Amino acid sequence: MSAVTLPETSGQTPGKLVEAARRSPRTRWPLYLLAGLLTFFLLFPIYLITIAAFSPRAALFAFPKPLIPTEISTETLLFFLNSRGVLGSAWNSALVGLITLTLSLVIGTPAGYALSRYAFRGRDAFRMLILTTRAFPIVILAVPLAVSFIQWGLYDTVFAVALVHTALALPTTVLITSSIFIAVPRDVEEAALTLGCTPIGAFTRVALPLALPGLAASSIFTFVLSWNEVFAATILTVVNRTLPAQVFSSLSDSPLPYRFAGGFALIVPSLVFIFFIRRYLFNMWGRVTR
Amino acid sequence: MQGQVAESVVGVAPVARARRRELAPYGLLVPTIVFMAAFFVWPMLQALVLAFQDSGGALSLEPIRRMAIDPKFLEAVRNTVLLTLVVVPAQVVLALIMSLVLMSGIRGAGLFLYAWAIPLGISDLAAGLVWLSIFTDRGYLNSVLVTLGLSETGFSFLSYEHPVSIFLCVAIAETWRATALVMVILLAGLQVIPKEYAEAAEVFGATTWQRIRHVTLPLLRPSLQVALIIRTILAFQAFAVVIALAAYNLPVLAGETYRWYGDLRNPNVAAAYALVIMLFSLLNTGIYLRALRTRDEQVGIT
Repeated sequence: MSAVTLPETSGQTPGKLVEAARRSPRTRWPLYLLAGLLTFFLLFPIYLITIAAFSPRAALFAFPKPLIPTEISTETLLFFLNSRGVLGSAWNSALVGLITLTLSLVIGTPAGYALSRYAFRGRDAFRMLILTTRAFPIVILAVPLAVSFIQWGLYDTVFAVALVHTALALPTTVLITSSIFIAVPRDVEEAALTLGCTPIGAFTRVALPLALPGLAASSIFTFVLSWNEVFAATILTVVNRTLPAQVFSSLSDSPLPYRFAGGFALIVPSLVFIFFIRRYLFNMWGRVTR
Repeated sequence: MQGQVAESVVGVAPVARARRRELAPYGLLVPTIVFMAAFFVWPMLQALVLAFQDSGGALSLEPIRRMAIDPKFLEAVRNTVLLTLVVVPAQVVLALIMSLVLMSGIRGAGLFLYAWAIPLGISDLAAGLVWLSIFTDRGYLNSVLVTLGLSETGFSFLSYEHPVSIFLCVAIAETWRATALVMVILLAGLQVIPKEYAEAAEVFGATTWQRIRHVTLPLLRPSLQVALIIRTILAFQAFAVVIALAAYNLPVLAGETYRWYGDLRNPNVAAAYALVIMLFSLLNTGIYLRALRTRDEQVGIT
């Protein structure tokens, strides 16, 4: 589970030396300009929402606004957090995320393990089926499930939202865990078996601890997926909103400061989590989509 | 006596263990299969049923009819298709440029990679709100325009009177949010292309552009296919980013699905809309798989 290997500027292979010689620093400035422009396009909006969230309300209604804030205040953010339903929905979001990642790990890890360790009839067919789920839009799960959840008395509960989010996350969890277990050497598990471990013991005492960092990264990934999901969460809840559902459903009757602070509040946890799993992120997507 | 016992243990155990070993993988798949059957396959079939039922539950074409005569339906189809046609190619081109820049061996590539991947963690709702702070009437873009003297009072980018500008704002926000996903997929694809191919092209005197066009792109085809399929399906579901920026002034299919379920309390018509989204997605996956079919000689490389 190493990070993506990007080529280095001072490589040792002959090919790289040829390349380095051919491209003198003079001809490389357009690349840096391009990289700079892309970085500006991708990061500047995040800077803007951040200063919007930390501007006092009066400053948000001022026009034209300066791009460097003259005054920093938590007024707007506190106004958002103290709005009705916001803290409760943030708590719901955290719960939904935790249930989702637990369910998808418990259900998906065995399947991922099976894919990585056993050669069995139907293995490729199962892999294909799991990949095929991506060709179906998630949007269409929510409406029929809402109808079913009403009948089952699950409608408007944190658990119902978590079930739908698990259906979204499970295929990815299976593929990611299978790639994680492929990276755990088989020999150590077999050594445990010959030393008298049961297959389950070999799994829990040897394979699982070695796979743990990867599984943790995969769980964070699942949590972010759940935290960010808007459509199903909005359709499946009325009172017990998740944070995105709460912000979304009050868009039409909320003032701009609420929306800016809401946008910022939605981004922050994702940024923190993405930072922690940045080493794994590219690898996970890379392997899953290959 | 002792030898016999030992022999029988040795004789029986491997058979039982081998049988258990044969069945074990299927047992491990059961939870996933059961869950996906209950919460993925079943609701899909349920959507099909709902779309062809009236509110009483009898078989009927009423939901389809009501969807089709709704003036917003054609508008939603048009906007969704246009948005996909603009956003997906923009994302693929941008992501291709980003991955090629990262792979070109510039200094600080790791840092650029991290910065460019940040939108991966941002939801479509949050992305819509981020760009709302820029495009709204008294937002940052108008602030800059007025400060620079390019405009007297600013331009109403998101007013219903300016459909083209609403569309462009949504397209920019959507491109901003999801290009990182395409970049990560393409980057993963670029990593597995052996360096020797590019070096060979260089030996034969190919220019950078020729190398990209005739060596890198064909070898990247499987990754491009995956990226296109995933992104197009997500583009058909564009929802919160549109509503956050344009409210319902730019009807899209997923937004209409939500409106029929949430505001108009009609799950049947909502299911009909959901079905349209699914048909579009499947049609597209089929087209991409055909158009970008991987030729046999390339399979060995990937």
